[in-house]
Amino acid sequence: MSEYAVRAEGLGKSYRLGAATERHDTLRDLIGNAIRAPFRNFRSINAGSSGPAGELFWALRDVSFDLKHGEVLGIIGRNGAGKSTLLKVLSRITDPTAGRAVVEGRVGSLLEVGTGFHPELTGRENVFLNGSILGMDRSYIEKRFDEIVEFAGVERFIDTVVKRYSSGMYLRLAFAVAAHLEPEVLIVDEVLAVGDAEFQRKCVGKMGEVAGHGRTVLFVSHNMGAITKLCNRAIVMASGQKVFDGSAREAVQAYLSAGAEDVAERHFTEEDGLGDDTVQLRRVSVVQGLGGPVSRVDIQQPFAVEMEYEAFIKFPELNIHLVLHSDEGDYVLQSTLSLAGDALTATAPGRYVARVELPAGALNAGHYWIGSHAQEPYIRWPWGRDRLLRFEVEQTSPLLARYPIGFYHGPMGPLLGHWSRSPVGAAVDAAR
Amino acid sequence: MTFPPPAALLDSPDASEPSAHSASSIRKTEEAPHREALIIEPAGRFPKLGVRELWSYRGLLVFLVWRDLKVRYAQTVLGAAWAIIQPVLTMVIFTVVFGRFAKVPSDGVPYPVFSLAALVPWTYFSTAFAGASNSLITSANLITKIYFPRLVIPFAPVVGGLVDFVIAFVILLITLVVYRIVPSPAAVVLIPLLVISMILTSAGVGCWLAALNIKFRDIKYVVPFLVQIWLYASPVAYPMSVVPARFRLLYALNPMAGVIEGFRTVLLHTGAVPWPMIVFSLFSGVVLFVTGMYYFRSTERVFADVA
Repeated sequence: MSEYAVRAEGLGKSYRLGAATERHDTLRDLIGNAIRAPFRNFRSINAGSSGPAGELFWALRDVSFDLKHGEVLGIIGRNGAGKSTLLKVLSRITDPTAGRAVVEGRVGSLLEVGTGFHPELTGRENVFLNGSILGMDRSYIEKRFDEIVEFAGVERFIDTVVKRYSSGMYLRLAFAVAAHLEPEVLIVDEVLAVGDAEFQRKCVGKMGEVAGHGRTVLFVSHNMGAITKLCNRAIVMASGQKVFDGSAREAVQAYLSAGAEDVAERHFTEEDGLGDDTVQLRRVSVVQGLGGPVSRVDIQQPFAVEMEYEAFIKFPELNIHLVLHSDEGDYVLQSTLSLAGDALTATAPGRYVARVELPAGALNAGHYWIGSHAQEPYIRWPWGRDRLLRFEVEQTSPLLARYPIGFYHGPMGPLLGHWSRSPVGAAVDAAR
Repeated sequence: MTFPPPAALLDSPDASEPSAHSASSIRKTEEAPHREALIIEPAGRFPKLGVRELWSYRGLLVFLVWRDLKVRYAQTVLGAAWAIIQPVLTMVIFTVVFGRFAKVPSDGVPYPVFSLAALVPWTYFSTAFAGASNSLITSANLITKIYFPRLVIPFAPVVGGLVDFVIAFVILLITLVVYRIVPSPAAVVLIPLLVISMILTSAGVGCWLAALNIKFRDIKYVVPFLVQIWLYASPVAYPMSVVPARFRLLYALNPMAGVIEGFRTVLLHTGAVPWPMIVFSLFSGVVLFVTGMYYFRSTERVFADVA
């Protein structure tokens, strides 16, 4: 056994688009071609390659990485970046077109919650069926059965057919089975994207437990918070290629700030799709002092975020939310206009600027993202988008300047002046 | 990689935890020679059958068979009685249409038992291979999300059909008693052989069609015709004796011809056992089975991409 659990060398996966797939799609073509050139044709169908024409699309291209035993690797990237294809190749669901990978240890993959669940079977039967599909054997499932049911919290309904379950119960049971799979190499795709907040917390907790047990984990997620929390290393994928490989925090930062610069102000038009024909977001800016918008704010002074929007109809209640994310993808805070009173949310047609002031030191030095959401309470969200604009909070305090930025951790950076010290015990005597 | 039984993991739950503790690292090195590395590479031209891996997944096969049986009869009033109703009702129809109206000869035995002896293996064959040919498409959600030997999927309806077959076979034996027909003693040896031939044929045809079906959805429309054509190409409604002797071996290329004729001759004791035909059919059944598995294995690598 080598030091590595997974070694991928130049993995690639291509699909043929257009002409070629159509060409083989009907039996008539197959028969026609088979008569002309029986062996060549069959071979080309079997291999899914060779043969002429068709545009090649590389879903995965030349991806190499080594993963040591016990490492937890996060994989991030936009939709279509090749993350899921990579996981499918590593779990042997589909074959690579190029390159090779060596995986040591038993592989368990979890690309979807509840694969193989059958609505006509009871919860109990599905636990056994799903477990066996995931590669557990009967005695193992029997041993863990009570634990699984308890984790899912469906004890009372375990002998009910799952088609009568609520979708939440269904998901919980499905995840519970999967969570008790104990392979040496675990491959997980975005399973945390389902369920309510409470359930997601439980899932992240369980994943953390798995990772903490020294198992090797490959984990795809769009939840940057989960990536930085669970993974010690991450790679960033873009158009089928690996574009970054490093610590999870650095990777998340590289991913989120890819092509991003700090901006003082952004204007939006109808094409940006922030809103509809009832109300639209027009501008987001960061301002400090009396000057214009700034992309860098001084940590020692208060600053404000402005969101300008235009209403075309009358709203009895229209609430504006500010959401701040750190550069690592964690939520920092959320605040809403309605905190200042209902008078501000009643909206007649016209243009408005919602402005919220953040006190000095509210945010620690670093980069932050502003998101804006509009809400008609209990009805709908006319717009909502995180990470509209990135700005920087700059450390200027001479009191903190003796250490580099990042020495003081955490998202908040108030200069707490109320420190005191009183002597206790022996120190009291010494003081006398 | 061979698939280690999950139980092995159970016995030493902490074996997979690397720790600074020397005891556990010693255990890991001892374990090392047993663990093969799994190599993921582009598809080679000549696939292995992967029989050993398939065997290690037999538990999954059992579960899939059990699921299919359970689901098939869920919310049906008559449940497993359908396994009896199907061949018996077909027997009644055949008796009326072919036995009475068309006056098809039946080798001197009453037509109902004559047709039932053929319908029992035929019903198994037609439902098993039709089920298998559809199996990959109905399991597309599994194929695109989980790895396991794909052969398990078409095998499930082939194995599951045996339950119905056994029930129908018992009904057939009861019918023999009712008609006071004593089977030939050769039945003890021949019936298991014929059943094996029947299973291999169903699995072979099932594998071929399943693998073709996922690439060419035309197969879905071909299967009902194929069932019908195959029925007329097999001695189900008529006796073998109406086929001209010089065509018999050609006819026996249809593996089900040998199986059905074998069932009839030994159970109804209608004449000498047609050995050449049975051997010939068994041979073509084995050919279908082996080529079907190979074709399936050689195409299975693209299943997830086209499912």
